[in-house]
Amino acid sequence: MPSQLAPSHSLIQRKSSTGQLLDKAFIWTTRICAFAIAGVLVLIAIQVGNEAIPALKTFGLGFIFQQNWDPVKDSYGVLPMIYGTMMTSFIALLLAIPIGVSSAIFLSEDFLPLSIRTVLVFLVELLAAIPSVVYGLWGIFVLIPLIRPLGEWFHEHLSWVPLFSTSPSGPGLLPAALVVTIMILPTITAISRDALTALPPELRQASIGLGGTRWETILHVLLPAAFSGIVGAIMLALGRAMGETMAVTMLIGNSNSVNFSLFAPGNTIASLLANQFAEASGLQVSALMYAGLILFILTLVVNVLAQWIVMKVQKF
Amino acid sequence: MDLTRKSSDWRSLFNTAMTVVAGAFVVIALIPLLAVLSYVAIRGLSRLNLELLTKLPPPPMVPGGGIANAIVGTLIMVGLAALISVPIGVAAAIFLAEFSRPATARWIRFATNVLNGVPSIILGVFAYAALVVTTKTFSAYAGAVALSILMLPTIIRTTDEALKIVPQEIRWAALGIGAAKYQTVMQVVIPAALPTIITGVTLAIARAAGETAPLIFTALFTQFWPNSLTQPTPSLAVLVFNFATVPFKNQQELAWAASLILVLLVLLTSIVSRLALRRKTY
Repeated sequence: MPSQLAPSHSLIQRKSSTGQLLDKAFIWTTRICAFAIAGVLVLIAIQVGNEAIPALKTFGLGFIFQQNWDPVKDSYGVLPMIYGTMMTSFIALLLAIPIGVSSAIFLSEDFLPLSIRTVLVFLVELLAAIPSVVYGLWGIFVLIPLIRPLGEWFHEHLSWVPLFSTSPSGPGLLPAALVVTIMILPTITAISRDALTALPPELRQASIGLGGTRWETILHVLLPAAFSGIVGAIMLALGRAMGETMAVTMLIGNSNSVNFSLFAPGNTIASLLANQFAEASGLQVSALMYAGLILFILTLVVNVLAQWIVMKVQKF
Repeated sequence: MDLTRKSSDWRSLFNTAMTVVAGAFVVIALIPLLAVLSYVAIRGLSRLNLELLTKLPPPPMVPGGGIANAIVGTLIMVGLAALISVPIGVAAAIFLAEFSRPATARWIRFATNVLNGVPSIILGVFAYAALVVTTKTFSAYAGAVALSILMLPTIIRTTDEALKIVPQEIRWAALGIGAAKYQTVMQVVIPAALPTIITGVTLAIARAAGETAPLIFTALFTQFWPNSLTQPTPSLAVLVFNFATVPFKNQQELAWAASLILVLLVLLTSIVSRLALRRKTY
């Protein structure tokens, strides 16, 4: 009975036109949502840029090189904040790169059993999960008192070095930079570790086979091979460091002047925004928007570069 | 011919020394974690009681009180932010994983990663420009919008990953028995990926709950109960920021207690999501 084996032709129907329409509508909804993500980036730039126009017109590019931030005279410049942002990020990277990359190496090689490594990797990642404001609180009550004796020693014995030229008075560049170090460590460790574990095992085998020790293999073979991935990790960390707000605001002292001492209070663009926005009015709001725009562009450039590097690496 | 390397050889010594140094750096990296967690636990636990969860923050110099209004405010704003970001984020991820051309998907994933790197304070500045300036008031809405943008990249990335690991055969089977594309996605693929999606959303919510920078000048803060979405709204994170810098012992204790709640929230969601993601096989 052939009619039972093959279903009759009329049972197979084209999709109804409403069904097809629903499909189209569904796909278009998801498409709009996806393109909205890219749209948000553009929208942020437009909104912030638009509000910054009055300050852009008044101060021009001189805004970046001006030293005073004076709401009374309505005269604004962000040189001290740019210096603070760069300096805290620089110190943080200086400390976090060696610690973070060696941790990544230690946690990607088989120094320890896998189960212990998994736990350690998780713990390092937890560092990134703790809210910034909690680091700030901890910094005020624990870190600042802790590093004061150290700072006093440096000031006493090395005060001719500009970096140690003021006595530690509490909040300052150094505690802020130390907390930023802690906060960017997980970024460097996690992404460098990804880059290292993604390397083909043949590299390691060949090097060990030629008689290299484990660390010769790491330093001369693995690190060069994973170099661009590690650079990507460092760039991402730099982006985070420049935009880090709450912990820095609570620890840096918020003084709008350039002081080369590590123990002197300073300011960053992010903490300037955090401190002044709520009470600002008039041209000050616009100047803050201008500062925000500068921070947005800086982090955007760093991030795009970092993502581009990481994406290229992931192709292998 | 002797091919062995003596343990007194400088190369061996260098090797051992480097291992010790790298191991020490791991320990150094973990010291802050232990220090922060233990301090928050020690200082916060003493105030963790019913009064903390039900009372308003007291004025300076008055003992006792709690952080109930901030808890409610955080719940409202994070809830609103999730209502905005979860549908948009999941839909965007569906497009990336199911319908887009590879080149398009690459660009949108790129944009998502870049958005993830935008400092949270800038999201606050954006919400201020878009909502506080136009409505002339600090509000829970403005805070929620800033938080929702913050949550989007995490939600998109985890949903995208979750959809990608759903086996292709499941889709073919659904389409083969005549399901429409939206039916295949909504009734077959999404249910299969749901545990991972929920994990991602939970992680995003926990992260948003601890964020302060997008809220300080969008939602602001108040000592009282939040009574309208169009007025300044308190939150745990801003409470920690405000109370950390005042010279009153009672307020500082409340800041530690609020920190403990935030840290517990993050800790729990991180551990649970880690356990949930461990068994992501079909």
